[in-house]
Amino acid sequence: MIQVIDLHKSFNGQAVLDGINLEIPTGKITVVIGKSGVGKSVLLKHLIGLLKPDRGQVLVDGLDITKLQGRKLQDLKKRFAVLFQGGALFDSLNVFENIAFPLREKARLPEGEIVRRVHERLEQMNLSLEAGKKFPDELSGGMKKRVALARAMIQEPEIILFDEPVTGLDPPMSNTVFHLIKKTHAASNYTALVVAHDIPEVFSIADVVAMLHHGRIIACCGPEEIKHHPDPVVQSFIRGEPDFLEA
Amino acid sequence: MVAFIQLLGRVVLNWVRETGRIQLFLLQGLALAFVPPFRPRRVLQEINQIGVKSTLIILLTALFTGMVLGLQGYYTLRKYGSEGALGAAVALSLIREMGPVLTALMVSARAGSAVTAEVGIMRITEQLDALDTMAVNPVQYVVMPKLLAGLIAVPLLTAIFDVVGILGGYLVGVVLLGVSSGSYFSGMVQSVVPLDINGGIVKSLVFGLTIILVASYKGYHTEHGAEGVSRATNQTVVLSAVLVLAWDYLLTSFFM
Ligand SMILES: Nc1ncnc2c1ncn2[C@@H]1O[C@H](COP(=O)(O)OP(=O)(O)OP(=O)(O)O)[C@@H](O)[C@H]1O
Ligand SMILES: [Mg+2]
Repeated sequence: MIQVIDLHKSFNGQAVLDGINLEIPTGKITVVIGKSGVGKSVLLKHLIGLLKPDRGQVLVDGLDITKLQGRKLQDLKKRFAVLFQGGALFDSLNVFENIAFPLREKARLPEGEIVRRVHERLEQMNLSLEAGKKFPDELSGGMKKRVALARAMIQEPEIILFDEPVTGLDPPMSNTVFHLIKKTHAASNYTALVVAHDIPEVFSIADVVAMLHHGRIIACCGPEEIKHHPDPVVQSFIRGEPDFLEA
Repeated sequence: MVAFIQLLGRVVLNWVRETGRIQLFLLQGLALAFVPPFRPRRVLQEINQIGVKSTLIILLTALFTGMVLGLQGYYTLRKYGSEGALGAAVALSLIREMGPVLTALMVSARAGSAVTAEVGIMRITEQLDALDTMAVNPVQYVVMPKLLAGLIAVPLLTAIFDVVGILGGYLVGVVLLGVSSGSYFSGMVQSVVPLDINGGIVKSLVFGLTIILVASYKGYHTEHGAEGVSRATNQTVVLSAVLVLAWDYLLTSFFM
């Protein structure tokens, strides 16, 4: 279980996270929704220690990742995989090497096994073997996203953080990705945090939905309950009402 | 008045802090060379990027520097009737000063700025963060091989610079202006002592490390998007040039 306790973070005096409390249950898929710029990516980066909070704790099975250092921090990080919002593919490596990278660095598998697994993931993401030879700057936005997804999921870690896994994909592909997350989750039962805007599709994979607003979690419940949540802010967000009505 | 003193204090404090950070970055980068995984392939790649690909520009600058030295030296020495010392003059200027300094400046302009841009883009596109989440130390994977490559490649390029420069001086002094070939080389052999060579090697090691350190540090700490990358690249070129010349003065006074 990941527990976020009273997390505060501001940039240049502007509070982005203002007392976040959230529990991400083990083996479940937690979806975080919220307006653009509200701090979803910032929250996600705190979970794996890429950003240090001004105040507050992030406990991963009781270990405070904001305080750990050295070997212990490395070992904890090995339990995570992250899909960055922008993909964060390595420019100097081709698609195949990008996907193989975590296997080479973390798992140190024999080469034949690496090739087999990478090809499997390429196929899963509907990418040809030809595409495997391309470099990231030769890919379309959606292809980059799929390569980044393949690189995150090939690690088969205990915890995966997905920052907008389907943004920029066409509808069939985004359904495929949601389906894939659900399927791999059913098979290996990892803990997942998914940041996504795609309502209501994303509710189909969610066990828990949390909504971030003005630096706080204003709702955290099952996908059915959130549809009938009493808070008008939540209601107008999931119904996609234009912003000016909220004020 | 108070405001001025505050400003001065802030500038000095910032400067001290930045210097300290660069040194810690250097220590971290070098220490990680001795911690597995050692990444010899990455080091070779960087030697190729920083060293091999700078060879052409070094050959060209060295040739013309040597030719200019030959020309200037010839007309200066002729006033005193000692054209025979041309070889010694060219070789000493190159080995002690021009070789290490110009090599460092050229490598900094060609490869240093490229290093900053590359690392800076990795920073703003979160590639460095991605390495970190895959439990790969970004300093070890990205920076350490570049530092080693600077340490290895710049002295070698300096040696090439010296040799080609001496040949350039020969071309002008001996082939064009008619200094005798024997006196060109024998003067050189008599006047260049091991201290000159060692001093040149020490300089090129220090310069190589300095320019790549500055370039990686500026790239690694890039902020604010694409504009930040271009600012960091600018700072790299200016700061490395100033540091190379400042180090040059210090080391020269040390070796005299
Ligand atoms: N490194 C940083 N320095 C300064 N401000 C930052 C930094 N990172 C994020 N911010 C600010 O924090 C706020 C939240 O950003 P964040 O990227 O988390 O938004 P988000 O909820 O992920 O939005 P989106 O859905 O558009 O991706 C923004 O106002 C952003 O400007
Ligand atoms: Mg985001």
